[in-house]
Amino acid sequence: MDFSIILENIGIYFEGLRTTLILVSTSLLLGLMIAIPLAVLRTSKNYLIQAPIRAFVYFFRGTPLLVQMFIIYYGFGQFEAIKASFVWFFFKEAWFCALFAFTLNTAAYTTEIIRGSIEATPHGEVEAARAAGMSRLLMLRRIVLPSAFRRALPQYSNEIIFMLHGSSLASVITIVDITGAARIINSRFYSPYEAFLTAAAFYMTLTFITVFLLKKLEGRWFAHLRPQTTSNAPKKV
Amino acid sequence: MKKGWIIVAIVALVLAAGTVQAKDWKKVRIGVEGAYPPFSYVTPEGELAGFDIDIAKALGAAMGAEVELVAQDWDGIIPALLAKKYDAIIASMSITEERKKKVGFTNKYYNTPAKFVCKKGAMAEFSRDNIKGKKVGVQRATIHDNYLTDNYGNDVEVVRYGTQDEAYLDLVAGRVDLLLADSVALSDGFLKKPEGKDFQFIGPDLSDPKWFGNGAGIAIRKEDKDLAELFNKAIDKIRADGTYKKIQDKYFDFNVYGE
Repeated sequence: MDFSIILENIGIYFEGLRTTLILVSTSLLLGLMIAIPLAVLRTSKNYLIQAPIRAFVYFFRGTPLLVQMFIIYYGFGQFEAIKASFVWFFFKEAWFCALFAFTLNTAAYTTEIIRGSIEATPHGEVEAARAAGMSRLLMLRRIVLPSAFRRALPQYSNEIIFMLHGSSLASVITIVDITGAARIINSRFYSPYEAFLTAAAFYMTLTFITVFLLKKLEGRWFAHLRPQTTSNAPKKV
Repeated sequence: MKKGWIIVAIVALVLAAGTVQAKDWKKVRIGVEGAYPPFSYVTPEGELAGFDIDIAKALGAAMGAEVELVAQDWDGIIPALLAKKYDAIIASMSITEERKKKVGFTNKYYNTPAKFVCKKGAMAEFSRDNIKGKKVGVQRATIHDNYLTDNYGNDVEVVRYGTQDEAYLDLVAGRVDLLLADSVALSDGFLKKPEGKDFQFIGPDLSDPKWFGNGAGIAIRKEDKDLAELFNKAIDKIRADGTYKKIQDKYFDFNVYGE
């Protein structure tokens, strides 16, 4: 074992770390922005609204992320019509293809997570909102969604971690993320153990930080469910 | 302290046993790549074929050994040899100093120069200025990767691929501007095919031994010196009895062995 080659080339890993962070955070953010309206529409009783969302979710949950990336990266490049149009400006870039696949993938999973928690909204909360005379939109904004987000958070934490780990697939389509950096080091020095162990350490650190931050967030969002301690109780006068 | 010595003794014994154990090489497992036409590719029927594959079989026959081919991605081809997934690599692997640190090599079994390709008419002539800022594709962990990274790493954006086939796809798709690879692989595996019709060679033949080594050899584990000797004799034999020429003529219309 020789970790000096890693230390000498640690810069490649940090550049990879940057790429991973940008890819994962951007796709999670965009994916969430797509997923929230889709999840709300998905609970609609109108079949015409529901069906296309269902199809989208089925496709992206039913196929591996790697296959989705290959379809987008190598598959789209096969069509002259795509190559001739302006969208090729984006799909030409490997990072855009990865971002595109990641975003749609996480959007599909997140849609299902949020839909599940919307449907699990306690009926009493909805009834109370109606009784108070809230319009549908107001009820959605003030009652249903905040309550659904709370319930969705633990599941969504998992989705974030899966996405972080899934992002290592980007290295297959020439992107130098953390895994891509490890592959370069491995191929240059034929030291797979050192190269990939370092990548593992990077991912593990990222995961721990993520888990820690989400725990904090959970603590805050679920503060009203914690048992009241005496120190929090109103002081007797 | 005593315990420590016992462990040392056991480790020494195990190591000694490993080296003493002689092999008669009646059966040789050979690692090949399968994604580097015309040297090594998979036919529509799913069979491995190509110059490397035919050479591997011919060498096995000349050695009187049974050959088992194992397809392995290029990235892990040396680690898998060291991990004893197979005993030798016949995969157009150039004999370089860097690789010699990890594995042993036989004599060369062919030697061809490297070259760039680009779209027809993309540039008038090859020069450092003309390729500045361009994206250049190479197969990861190859002599071409090292040459490009060392000589043009600051001028161009190096895009690394797992296989040569993926690099061709992206050149056709316009994701990279140039490729650097073995001239024969480029000519037979790409330029002569329909998808390569809009592309051409550019720049000089590259064969500086510092990066490109002394041709492609068969890689073996360092301790298997006897196997290397067997392979060297087998290479001489198929060169002498015309088998080599027959295989060469099947794929190329020129001398791939070099001088």
